[in-house]
Amino acid sequence: MPTRETSDVIVIGAGVVGAACAHYAALAGLSVTVVDRGYVAGGTTGAGEGNLLVSDKEPGPELQLALLSTALWTELADRLPPTVEYEAKGGLVVASGETGLHALREFGARQEKAGVIAHEVPGDRLHDLEPHLAPGLTGGFHYPQDAQVMPAQAAAQLLRAAGDRVRLALGEEVTGLLTGAGGAVRGVRTATRELHAPYVVNAAGTWGGALAELAGVHLPVLPRRGFVLVTEPLPRIVRHKVYAADYVADVASGSAALQTSAVVEGTPAGPVLIGASRERVGFDRTLSTEVLHRLAAGATALFPVLGTVRAIRTYLGFRPYLPDHLPAIGPDPRAPGLLHACGHEGAGIGLAPVTGQIVAACITGAEPPLDLHPFRPERFDATAP
Amino acid sequence: MARTPIGLVGAQPDPPFEITFDGRPVPALPGQTLAAALWGAGILAWRTTRDGGRPRGAFCGIGQCYDCLATVNGEPNRRACLVPAHPGDTITTQEGHGHDRLGV
Repeated sequence: MPTRETSDVIVIGAGVVGAACAHYAALAGLSVTVVDRGYVAGGTTGAGEGNLLVSDKEPGPELQLALLSTALWTELADRLPPTVEYEAKGGLVVASGETGLHALREFGARQEKAGVIAHEVPGDRLHDLEPHLAPGLTGGFHYPQDAQVMPAQAAAQLLRAAGDRVRLALGEEVTGLLTGAGGAVRGVRTATRELHAPYVVNAAGTWGGALAELAGVHLPVLPRRGFVLVTEPLPRIVRHKVYAADYVADVASGSAALQTSAVVEGTPAGPVLIGASRERVGFDRTLSTEVLHRLAAGATALFPVLGTVRAIRTYLGFRPYLPDHLPAIGPDPRAPGLLHACGHEGAGIGLAPVTGQIVAACITGAEPPLDLHPFRPERFDATAP
Repeated sequence: MARTPIGLVGAQPDPPFEITFDGRPVPALPGQTLAAALWGAGILAWRTTRDGGRPRGAFCGIGQCYDCLATVNGEPNRRACLVPAHPGDTITTQEGHGHDRLGV
């Protein structure tokens, strides 16, 4: 139990985004207390695949974030221990027809103008990149900037690398925010004590809306459930993150109904991870055999070899979804002292470093690396500008 | 002769048959699991670990620990402590995940 109850910053949430906020705040010389009702990476971070993607993002503010964060991950990969399993493996998006390939071509051309590297791969060259890929695919696009980390390790090592400026208060649920004169936030209350800081960062991910409510502000974070199917350990049979062209449309959709698209990738530990499903069913943790069936069918259609190996387990998580698919990052003018860093949907691992850097810049008064207007947390209020 | 509980329980099993382990003949009784037959022949290890190539065989013996994985009739990752022996079964020492031929 920490004895000092005061720090420069309190970060609520020990997922990868909270870890990155603590990391960059500590690098800027601030003392940080990270509070989480569970443990490090115990929420959505621990239920993801660890994708650091630019390939699935439309030109716009989220892609800007992703490009900045990709560069930061490259730098972190040198500083963090190898256990984070950073792999600059690249992404491969494949199309099974001329229409799909045409859409990829148009999408890739717009992304290239925004700074993304995308190479078209003709159908007869796909097997040079992925020897086990199904025959007969029309073509695809290779995105060398896409990468992967082991997300739970990434969160833990970001915290550890921040040194003793970061203190952890795990297993402690925030039950209220402390406010001072003029409604300014000056700390948090947990079940057992009060923690004081002039800045409180909401990095509570899918639970960020409930946290905002404690501060009396509105932030409509909704859970978007996803399953991952895990195979037995295998040699490297999938080299890139490989996914079908319809994945991009699913990511951008706001539908509550079940959507699945084939997303397949190997891991340094051996198992192949198979996604991706999206559905809005609240925080329901019931196993869905329909989802698993669709994931398996999609993956074996892309990689028939997967039909010969076993799936040994599955896990699920809840992506923190905001209605415009952009995260909430930066100070909340409705609650001085409160900053938000949540709502990254399925991109939180990739976008964590830039989010941490922005939060640290906001607190220290440094210039943020990009315009924060699209991410302003008050944008969902009826009267928002 | 290896000690077995056959005498203790007064069992009268049907005649033994043969399976092979890495090409070597091993006797098995009807109803015996592969692990039991291998143990009966004094064979304690039939897999090597993915990291470090250390030997592994039956540990829990009840299908829970997955330590006793073997390649059986060409199929890797069978739990030897659960799979009943059949005449002519071929068990081969499984190296690691047993899927090396799929690697690219």
